[in-house]
Amino acid sequence: MSERIDQRAPSETDSGPASSPGVPAPPPGTRRRPSSRRGETIFRSLTTGSGVLVVAAIAAIGVFLLIQAVPSLLANQADFLTFPSFNTGDPDNLAFGIRDIFLVTMFSSVFALVLAMPIALGVALFLTNYAPRALARPFAYIVDLLAAVPSIIYGLWGILVLAPAILPIAEWLNANLGWIFLFADGNLPVLSGTIFTGGVVLAVMILPIVTAVTREVFAQTPRFQIEAAKALGATRWEVIKMATLPYGRSGYIAGSMLGLGRALGETIAVLIVIRASTSPMGFSLFDGGYTFASLIASAASEFSQPLPTGAYISAGLVLFVLTFIVNALARLIAGGKVNG
Amino acid sequence: MAKRIDLKDVDIYYGAFHAVQNVNLTVTPRSVTAFIGPSGCGKSTVLRTLNRMHEEIAGARVDGEILLDGENIYDRNTDAVAVRRTIGMVFQMPNPFPTMSVRDNVVAGLKLQGVRDRKKLDEVCEASLRAANLWKEVKDRLDKPGGGLSGGQQQRLCIARAIAVEPDVLLMDEPCSALDPISTLAIEDLIADLKTEYTIVIVTHNMQQAARVSDQTGFFNLEATGKPGHLVEIDDTEKIFSNPTQQATEDYISGRFG
Repeated sequence: MSERIDQRAPSETDSGPASSPGVPAPPPGTRRRPSSRRGETIFRSLTTGSGVLVVAAIAAIGVFLLIQAVPSLLANQADFLTFPSFNTGDPDNLAFGIRDIFLVTMFSSVFALVLAMPIALGVALFLTNYAPRALARPFAYIVDLLAAVPSIIYGLWGILVLAPAILPIAEWLNANLGWIFLFADGNLPVLSGTIFTGGVVLAVMILPIVTAVTREVFAQTPRFQIEAAKALGATRWEVIKMATLPYGRSGYIAGSMLGLGRALGETIAVLIVIRASTSPMGFSLFDGGYTFASLIASAASEFSQPLPTGAYISAGLVLFVLTFIVNALARLIAGGKVNG
Repeated sequence: MAKRIDLKDVDIYYGAFHAVQNVNLTVTPRSVTAFIGPSGCGKSTVLRTLNRMHEEIAGARVDGEILLDGENIYDRNTDAVAVRRTIGMVFQMPNPFPTMSVRDNVVAGLKLQGVRDRKKLDEVCEASLRAANLWKEVKDRLDKPGGGLSGGQQQRLCIARAIAVEPDVLLMDEPCSALDPISTLAIEDLIADLKTEYTIVIVTHNMQQAARVSDQTGFFNLEATGKPGHLVEIDDTEKIFSNPTQQATEDYISGRFG
């Protein structure tokens, strides 16, 4: 059936000398079909191949982490999930757990998110609704530029400039709100180089991504919804409340999740800013310690023996799964978006 | 309630572009005035100046006077937001707030005006939906999102939302052009009901619709693309469609162009 259509199509359209009545015009058909089919095949294998490659790469990373981690996990003398410290000095007597690492990672990242979310919302609303057009574009570029700053620079800036600058705030919070567990005395002798400091640095680092995603979604608010609100006599803020926020809320949350994913995996800035501590984490923002990423980076120079290395890889595996979940969550929220 | 509109020597510009030239007309209270004309003639532009919605386009400007019961809505001290609160508008595409419930959609304008009394809001909601001939269809799903209604229902919801604030004037910008014939009929019947209480101005591409629903019809035209649109004539609908003064009007309504 399809073959007949293939053959008829050229003979009907071609009015040239090739199509004489009675002859079903095979020359143009046979000449064209294989080459177009070959192109189709090549193109399809290329695109399918690239798609498969990406999935395979992710799967390969997961499998690599798993294979490397399992022997160390089996040799582990301590409970992996609840043990607070990471002792890998003696390969025959491994005792490592991720309790503190997990807590420091989550505390610093979530604190960063709490700081960044309202600021990103404000910047995105300013850029889409308030800023004069001439200002909005360059301002947006500057915010995007924040994402291009290498994280080592953030680390240096965080420890040399920001940490001393916010020390008075940390001291005030500790002195006046110390009864709240978040602001209680930490496991460090000082109030700088804490999760608090690291969280502020991380907030600055994730601000561009959260802002960019939020701004894009807000800018796409359908014109007819904005007009509906304006025609009812809504002020600028009321238009935002009635049209922009309901439309952009899911995009805002998805963007924040992407930001959280970045904060969880940030390495070098955190390694520089947050001090290590010998005592366990006690649920305060003024604690110190390692995150998953900074722990692995700090030990990277000593990856010589397989069992201790595997211990760190198991920590990497947890981070891998954690960021995977956060990103999947972001996709889920963005995909289940209600608009119209 | 139901105010009179006078346009005096109105010129409308978008930046340097002269969109509409020298419009003079009067709309009497409790009547329906239709604007007809070919695309680009400025009829929608004129409509959108009546509630200052055209200002949303950068560079838009109006010369002349637009008087609402004698008060110029372009007075230096008059706020566009305040003008829009007393002049309702229904758009070409039904545009309920999709995530808001049917009830919240209807009373959105009242809430903007600061009405918080739950009982009063419920009363107005029911009255407006009844007036918009929608109550029977949605009374059991007032808490469902407005985006879930059919196109014709959404447009009637938008009309209910516009009349809930008891506006002085109701503007309709091709309110039926996105609807099927049955929904169109429902809206046209509704317009006939509403004109006993409201001053209505409607822009339409459908000449039969203008003939059916309006008391007065204004014909807009433009000499060529890029030239400003202008009001050719405005008169009783019956006269425009049977015995217009201008040849251009005659040509347009008899289908010779446009």
